[in-house]
Amino acid sequence: MHEIVIISGKGGAGKTSITGAFAQLAENGILCDLDVDAPDLHLLLDPEHRTEEEFWSGNEAVIDQDVCTGCGQCVELCRFDAISETDGRFTINPLQCEGCKVCVTLCPAEAIEFPQKHCGDWYVSSTRFGVMVHAQLYPGEENSGRLVTLLKQKARQMAEEQGLDLVLCDGAPGIGCPVISSMAGTDLAVVVTEPTPSGLHDLKRVAELCENFRTKVAVLVNKWDINPAMTEEIEEYCRSRGYVLVGRFPHDRAVVDAMLERKVITEYDSGPLAETLEEAWSDILNLLKTIQK
Amino acid sequence: MIYAVASGKGGTGKTTTCSSLAAVWDRPVTLVDLDVEEPNLHLFLKPDLSDIEKAYIEVPEADEDKCTSCGLCRDICQFKAITVMAGTLLVFPEMCHGCGGCLAVCPEGALSPGKRELGEICRGTADGHAFVMGRLRVGEAMSPPLMRRIRKEFPELGKGGDILIDAPPGVSCPAIAAVTDADCIVLVTEPTPFGFHDFKLAWEAFKPLNKPMGAVINRADLGDTAVLEFCKANRIPVWAEIPYSREIAEAYSRGEVVSKAIAPLKETFADLRGNMRAAAEKEVANA
Repeated sequence: MHEIVIISGKGGAGKTSITGAFAQLAENGILCDLDVDAPDLHLLLDPEHRTEEEFWSGNEAVIDQDVCTGCGQCVELCRFDAISETDGRFTINPLQCEGCKVCVTLCPAEAIEFPQKHCGDWYVSSTRFGVMVHAQLYPGEENSGRLVTLLKQKARQMAEEQGLDLVLCDGAPGIGCPVISSMAGTDLAVVVTEPTPSGLHDLKRVAELCENFRTKVAVLVNKWDINPAMTEEIEEYCRSRGYVLVGRFPHDRAVVDAMLERKVITEYDSGPLAETLEEAWSDILNLLKTIQK
Repeated sequence: MIYAVASGKGGTGKTTTCSSLAAVWDRPVTLVDLDVEEPNLHLFLKPDLSDIEKAYIEVPEADEDKCTSCGLCRDICQFKAITVMAGTLLVFPEMCHGCGGCLAVCPEGALSPGKRELGEICRGTADGHAFVMGRLRVGEAMSPPLMRRIRKEFPELGKGGDILIDAPPGVSCPAIAAVTDADCIVLVTEPTPFGFHDFKLAWEAFKPLNKPMGAVINRADLGDTAVLEFCKANRIPVWAEIPYSREIAEAYSRGEVVSKAIAPLKETFADLRGNMRAAAEKEVANA
């Protein structure tokens, strides 16, 4: 079984639109949206939830006002500036609380409770392109990495149970915690970029992250015709680093028109646009064959 | 005043907005890139990054000779960063959140403060404005600690004028951390189903902060009217609409600041500046 993650470093490069098309082209795969913070793939795939589960992770400190003696030691201890005092009343800002338990453990009055946090929900759903595992983290929550790990485990387990040979993941932007978690055990990272200074800059950083994980990198340049010279520069960079180029995709408003109809590009357009993505997908499958498990 | 330019969805035009605002800002301002995972503002403002400083987080260092394997450090650590296995103290510095709990509870003084590199804080000037950005070390998972380092400088930076923050995308902890100190939040979106969906998420996420918020609709004529209708229904002011044009996309792709490169946009961003300022000042006057 192989696992592919579509990432970009830079947000808005076209990850989800391209993942949507690959979802249609992929046969025998489980789909997985690892952008648990701001997921969008479900908008194209209209999933019907088969199972829905709560994601509980980490804890948050809450001061019991009846027990608190107002000594203020917790304010000194907290490295996250989460605790403040107003008129002798100490409270913890849940958005600042890191859940480290330091104040809970060291409060002399034992006045701080430490309940578990319900950070979001996750789903196994049916779509017209097969099973999809996805989630929604609640706003402002941490532990997106743990949720990503959970979704990946579930997707792999389902693929194994159903005898499928592929897990196709839509990743998060950036290079931080959810992206690092999405990289673990992945065979191939397909980096979607665009021919802009931000596109190249962010590609370099996310590809370096892939190299740290010894994950093979393939690159797809989206909206390539916005700046052909920059596209050349990006492709030259990729060749110099040994990243596989799996194609150029043009700037075309059909991508938005397809999205408005809640269709993936390859459903909306059967002409040259779809062919470009079919070729890219075929290159990706051929590349996977060369990756030894 | 502190202004944050944020968005749920990435790639909607935060950096375009920030760089364009910087070009029309008519008061002293410090430009701060808090999208430390993928900072891009410098690619457009081209500051001379004269001062680059490494930033660290405190992590424990173990002195095995002093450790009695009591396990108190393991018990307090919520992040699986420290454990005792077969009588040996093991520290996983990459997992550590720097809370200092293990150091506080160790009765033997077997732990001392060490450090892990978070990344860099880069300072300089761009077009006469002060410029600060964080750049997360590739491989570092946690962006909020690096952001916190920069945020601690805001009171000092604010003495020199306004602060304009380029925030990371999303609505989880880094995005919230980036807008927490702001007096006013600008939400950049695009009128597509993805843009609208993530705009709603961001609005829901930032609403409890009770700060004035307004929308910038980028590529305004590209998609549908769902974002506009939502703004109207929820009384979110639309502070600017930036038309879709290939000319703008191409200027951006060449690393240009679009409010400089495309004449009519200068006025669009000057109006946005006025709307942001009026909202922030009204809020302060009411407080």
